[in-house]
Amino acid sequence: MKLAEIIDMLDAELIVGTPDQLQIDIKTAFGADLMSDVLCDARSGCLLITGLTTPQGVRIAYALDIAGIVFCRGKRPQPQSIEIARELGIPLLRTQYIMFETCGRLFGEGIIGCIREICAGDSFREI
Amino acid sequence: MKSESEFVGNVSIVGHGFEYAGRVSNEIKKILLEQGIPEGIVRRVAVVIFEVEVNIISYAETGFIRYQVLPDSIIIEAKDKGQGIADIELAQQEGYSTADDKIREMGFGAGMGLANIKKFSDVFEINSEVGKGTYVKSIINIDKKRS
Repeated sequence: MKLAEIIDMLDAELIVGTPDQLQIDIKTAFGADLMSDVLCDARSGCLLITGLTTPQGVRIAYALDIAGIVFCRGKRPQPQSIEIARELGIPLLRTQYIMFETCGRLFGEGIIGCIREICAGDSFREI
Repeated sequence: MKSESEFVGNVSIVGHGFEYAGRVSNEIKKILLEQGIPEGIVRRVAVVIFEVEVNIISYAETGFIRYQVLPDSIIIEAKDKGQGIADIELAQQEGYSTADDKIREMGFGAGMGLANIKKFSDVFEINSEVGKGTYVKSIINIDKKRS
């Protein structure tokens, strides 16, 4: 699903993003407010759904080559987060929907989790 | 004899600069990509550096991160002057945390840092002395088939 279609479906506001980035094809997603979990379990190319608005979310998105961030529950990213997202080229969206509703809508359109479950004792994680 | 692909970088970090957490990881990632290191390897290095950076900012007064790119591996070393870790075994357990509100506001402090570093490393070493500081070493092998 293209980022432009996701914006429509989530009635989202595009805070940072270029016309080229609106054409990015999103196939997977990860949702969390805990950044340590995002660092450990999110995968490259996924869409991150979070309510955490600090610059660290954007910096993690860059570290992992995450395709973009959707801020749910109407959370507005901090001005510094927006500035860093522009610098690093990370698209930022904002939706009023809660995380559950945001994830449900995406899943209903065929977007799947970037991993399905956490495997116990997994010593190496391919990212 | 050193091959052309070998190089070393050093970055100093000041403790408690919460707003900057992740900046060093991002900058080193840019450098490694410019050097043509495979993306999958760079992502693992970026995660390890992110976590050590957050640890230094959260628990130390000052620290530095040194990264060394060798033909077959990347070595990351972090050394800080700070409070140190009393029980290293306990600190590596997922969920064990001594984080304060400042750290939690960043989305960290859930006790995953050292466990994450270990998961993304091929070799992981840690030494710490209470009241003095902590040393962490992570080696990530450059397996060209896997990346």
